[in-house]
Amino acid sequence: MAVPKPLFPQEPSERHTLSILVDNEAGVLGRITGLFSARGYNIESLTVADVSADETVSRITIVTSGPRRVIDQIHAQLERLVPVHSVTDLTELGPHVERELALVKVAGTGEKRVEALRIADIFRARAVDTTTRSFVFEISGSTAKVDQFIELMREVGLVEVARGGVVAISRGAEAR
Amino acid sequence: MQGRELTGAEIVVQALVDLGVDTLFGYPGGAVLPIYDALFKQSRIRHILVRHEQGAVHAAEGYARSTGKPGVVLVTSGPGATNAVTGITDALMDSIPIVVLTGQVATHLIGTDAFQECDTVGITRHCSKHNYLVKETGRLGDVIHEAFHIATTGRPGPVVVDIPKDVQVAKARYARPGPIQHKTYRPRVKGDRAAIEAAVEMLAAAERPILYTGGGIINSGPGASQLLRDLARLTGAPVTSTLMGLGAFPAGDPQFLGMLGMHGTYEANMAMNQCDLMLCLGARFDDRVTGRLDGFSPDSRKVHVDIDRSSFNKTVRVDVAIEGDVGHVLEDMVKLWRARACKPSATPEWGARIAGWRAKNSLGYRQDGPAIQPQHAIARLFAATRHRHPIISTEVGQHQMWTAQHFGFEKPNRWLTSGGLGTMGYGLPAAIGAQLGNPDALVIDIAGEASILMNIQELGTATQYRLPVKVFVLNNEYMGMVRQWQDLTYEGRHSQSYSDSLPDFVRLAEAWGWKGIRIDTADALDDGIAAMLAHDGPVFVDCRVERHANCFPMIPSGATHTEMLLGPEQVSGTVDRAAEALV
Repeated sequence: MAVPKPLFPQEPSERHTLSILVDNEAGVLGRITGLFSARGYNIESLTVADVSADETVSRITIVTSGPRRVIDQIHAQLERLVPVHSVTDLTELGPHVERELALVKVAGTGEKRVEALRIADIFRARAVDTTTRSFVFEISGSTAKVDQFIELMREVGLVEVARGGVVAISRGAEAR
Repeated sequence: MQGRELTGAEIVVQALVDLGVDTLFGYPGGAVLPIYDALFKQSRIRHILVRHEQGAVHAAEGYARSTGKPGVVLVTSGPGATNAVTGITDALMDSIPIVVLTGQVATHLIGTDAFQECDTVGITRHCSKHNYLVKETGRLGDVIHEAFHIATTGRPGPVVVDIPKDVQVAKARYARPGPIQHKTYRPRVKGDRAAIEAAVEMLAAAERPILYTGGGIINSGPGASQLLRDLARLTGAPVTSTLMGLGAFPAGDPQFLGMLGMHGTYEANMAMNQCDLMLCLGARFDDRVTGRLDGFSPDSRKVHVDIDRSSFNKTVRVDVAIEGDVGHVLEDMVKLWRARACKPSATPEWGARIAGWRAKNSLGYRQDGPAIQPQHAIARLFAATRHRHPIISTEVGQHQMWTAQHFGFEKPNRWLTSGGLGTMGYGLPAAIGAQLGNPDALVIDIAGEASILMNIQELGTATQYRLPVKVFVLNNEYMGMVRQWQDLTYEGRHSQSYSDSLPDFVRLAEAWGWKGIRIDTADALDDGIAAMLAHDGPVFVDCRVERHANCFPMIPSGATHTEMLLGPEQVSGTVDRAAEALV
């Protein structure tokens, strides 16, 4: 059966990290996430927290993916929202730092428990909770590093994972 | 803090007065009783009691479109707000400035599933330009002023202000705020100079230019329409318009190609396809305009002027994008064109090609015999009223497209139709709003028999306020556009598109105190129209037209501008699945 073609079928998908400063007011997160769902944009990761001294401005970091034209649309659509102060496409901007935090619970005894500790050491993960049968590791780093750590932990007794989502900021002295 | 101490309800009324509001469309209910009491005690604002909240919003839209001033709506919580949602969405899609004030249950009851509670800000978040839930009476005045600022500037749109009942009752000081300097919302008005220079150079170098104009010109104000005429004159470029933009350029001007798009003229669509430079002014490359995207104007360079940056490259890639108010950008382009003493760039060869397409007479129809062709009815109505520059509203469907094709608009703000959302039931309340804003104008809702029933209750509103609105129904006993698509796509299987059990419209209108007229045959048409115009009160005309006429020309689903159907003989009755899936 013939299926209608997507709008920009020939254009490759790109992953972009957007940093959005918004008024810290009720419903603002709903405006942002609703915009993404209403227009069919992807959200791979979303984090939000107040970042101002007087609790008036929050930073939302969104990792999204799509053809370049869709990314530009997302940027323009976000800027249209009244409580949005600024939208920065960090991927477009260039040098920036991205970090993700995860808490990873692993259970096991004997050689598996030792192996879990060894891997954690290599990844510079910290044990923040322990019993004789389990650890909770705190790991931070790029999304790829966190993914890789979790994959390895599967082999040595992964129980559950909590991830914080990507936070990102531009390099250098200036606020962007 | 400065100002007088007032109740929240009094602040609402005083803020509206300070904002110059003279007309308010609404319907009372429990959660807005304090505001209705405050309205009772004053005489500056006229409240128009509609019969359904959807009608209030469309009436406010009609008022806004025909006057250029924002329309204002007041409804209660719960069903009052949800009934308004269709109108709010309509205003968003067509960029119409309205402010909708909704009552809400008291703040301590929010979230408890209280009587007539709904999450109004949640429901309207994505169908409004912006919305507010006001939880403190002290904020109410500033929020209402800000709401008007946001509704009327930038790309206009609907703004919702949800006001809990306790906030209406509590007291606070109110003072009229100064000019609003919003901390994040700063729409750009002036276009980028370098981009405008590039656009003028491209226009001057073009051989086959076209001006593709939209509702942005109307929204920018009458000055933009004048500047469009100036630019067209200076460049010699032909002008086509979207449905929303009709009236911005005079329909009778030789440079006007008529409307473009799905039911546009052959010459407009062919010129869009064959141009070498397209200047898009306040339009947004809607799917009804472009047809199939990969065949849309393949050989042209494109310049897009829009106040909304998100309109650029949304579906069609453009070479130059100019963000700004189209009136200001047109002014800069005209000045630059004159300063550089550019010559009209459209070549005689381009003019000859257009004349060739025009000769197809794609809007032609044959009126013979007693049955009234719907196009003929519109043409006769136009001929009888054109000297009065009437304000025309429509519902949605075949009658809307025939009106766009056969009624010529010479001025902006005379044409009120639901374009983006395509809302049946829009026309009658919009006509009521327009008549209130323009008491001396001739206002006609050209309707279909199915659409008019969607907000027929508003006949009572016109009666109550003695509004001499005219309703001219092209009655073909079908949801004609649905049936037309069934003819085109489903081999004529007319599933649920017959208007069964219609009322006797003449008696229905008379029951509401209107004059009712029925026109059955072509020889009675002119007399019927004359009788309608001669009556100084509201008139409902039930014009029985040829039942099976379809609207041509037409670009079918999934086709390009060059693949127009010019008449019923080109209809095959089926399309492939990919085209069927497109709307």
